[in-house]
Amino acid sequence: MAAPEKGIGKIIFSSSLGTLIEWYDFYIFGMLAKTISVQFFPEGNSTAALLSTLAIFAAGFLVRPFGALVFGRLGDLVGRKYTFLLTLVLMGGSTFLIGMVPGYKTIGIAAPLLVLLLRLIQGLALGGEYGGAATYVAEHSPANRRGYFTAWIQTTATLGLFVALGIILLIKTSMSEAAFNAEWGGWRYPFWISILLVGVSIYIRLKMSESPLYTALKKEGKTSTNPLKESFGHRANFKMVLLALFGAVMGQGVIWYTGQFYAQSFLENAVKIEFMQNREILLWAIGLATPFFLFFGWLSDKVGRKWIMLTGMLLGVVFYRPIFSTFLKTTNSATWQKDGLRMANSEVNSKLLKEDTVQIAGQRSAVVQHSRTNWELSDGRKFSVTSADTIPVNQFKSFIKVDKKPVYSDKVLSTALKWKFIALVWVMIIFVTMAYGPIAAFLVELFPTKIRYTSMSLPYHIGNGVFGGLVPFIATLLATTFTSDPLVGLWYPIGVAALCFVIGALYLTNKVDKDVND
Amino acid sequence: MNTVKKIMGLIWMLLAPVIIFFLVKSAVHNISSGGTRDINQPVPWTIIITIFTPIAIGLMIFGYYALKGEYDHLPESSDEIE
Repeated sequence: MAAPEKGIGKIIFSSSLGTLIEWYDFYIFGMLAKTISVQFFPEGNSTAALLSTLAIFAAGFLVRPFGALVFGRLGDLVGRKYTFLLTLVLMGGSTFLIGMVPGYKTIGIAAPLLVLLLRLIQGLALGGEYGGAATYVAEHSPANRRGYFTAWIQTTATLGLFVALGIILLIKTSMSEAAFNAEWGGWRYPFWISILLVGVSIYIRLKMSESPLYTALKKEGKTSTNPLKESFGHRANFKMVLLALFGAVMGQGVIWYTGQFYAQSFLENAVKIEFMQNREILLWAIGLATPFFLFFGWLSDKVGRKWIMLTGMLLGVVFYRPIFSTFLKTTNSATWQKDGLRMANSEVNSKLLKEDTVQIAGQRSAVVQHSRTNWELSDGRKFSVTSADTIPVNQFKSFIKVDKKPVYSDKVLSTALKWKFIALVWVMIIFVTMAYGPIAAFLVELFPTKIRYTSMSLPYHIGNGVFGGLVPFIATLLATTFTSDPLVGLWYPIGVAALCFVIGALYLTNKVDKDVND
Repeated sequence: MNTVKKIMGLIWMLLAPVIIFFLVKSAVHNISSGGTRDINQPVPWTIIITIFTPIAIGLMIFGYYALKGEYDHLPESSDEIE
């Protein structure tokens, strides 16, 4: 029933390309969030702030699982091909239109409203895309290579991030900061580029034929008439949906987000690595780790899916804290400063940023200097210290100490240290490839053809969208509540992955289902 | 092994209300009109609690199924599911 292997390359390419573009579309919004918020969600306007929060949270958490239900049902009712063609059109169209919406300055509150609406359509479309592509490729694959072939779909989420990062960096480096951030500036280009990418992908997908397994079911009149009811209303299938979610996908979701997103945000916000170098580290790590999706997909055909996925989770549980702790320890600016002071070639440039007049108890007004000092060490390490503890002068020309902690930022790592960081992020993405590489094949094998699209899409998007997507929010929540430990945010992905590991180890089977034709 | 699966089922059932309680408690503690971060806003909490409550109920049902021995044998063909 599966397609001959010589045609599978074309099937994988056309399915993966569309999925990659959908991920690209979804990511650019998040990556350009800072500029987007200035253009569409200005500070000081409470309605705009509310819409901004909704755009971030509702699109990721509420709408993605809902999209999984809507398009999953459609995919089981009318077929895989037309459903994931529709999700592609919706995603590409809404992304392009986000790039066309005039800013808040021009059309007022209509701007954030339109952006919110388009972002919700993006979330909805993403919820419907993955299940279709994974199902489509799996239903064309021979049983002994299903893990390997579907692993190509698994690379798309990571490659979509890679392409989004690459295009944004390319545009950003080709123009000034002001030109990039202007109302109709360079930040819109990635959104406009999407329409070209989607156009190509639609053309390719239109040439595809329907899944052979689905076509056979349709011919026999055995397609589901109510996939939602059959997926979640029938106890026997519903218990498998729950098992997929709690025994595999929720752990995979947090491992994925921690390795690819939380690591990036941690390096930027907690470690304070300079913007461009942070992206460079991620690009190298992703580029070097991506082939391992295929490797672990291939390996899962040989040794089973279960233990590869669970090992990825267990490694995350064990190694996250040591890895993130290394990030912090090796970039301690106070230590760097001491190194620098000992070095002959260290360079110190200090300039006055501004002067404030403040009232200090028992004194008259005093002038506080805010200064920024750039340090450069002989091995290439650089960092900036912004401080407000420079000496104010009172009426007697004596000095008053203003006790403010210096802020270290824009750290640039030496070449050796940069490669160490690339290696550490790479290791975390290897955990991602283990947990994520075989999961499409695993999910496809868990459910029958006639309700497969619906049944696998929902746990996938709850696992990734909700459990994974909440990593930054819950990490911030923990960091705010327990301030003494800078790594406390990691307990959320560690806890979820550990729980998932235990459930998966106890309840899942390692057996590869040879026959998905039913 | 099947006994362990059943005993653990009870733990999954108990874990679900604990998660809901923790989320509601955190929301009450963190929502503040003066705060500027996401965790101080009611909207993210409303969305998260709305979507996590059915998931936690799902964990309870999963625990119940495990307790009843429904996962002692996993289906090997779709005929067993339908």
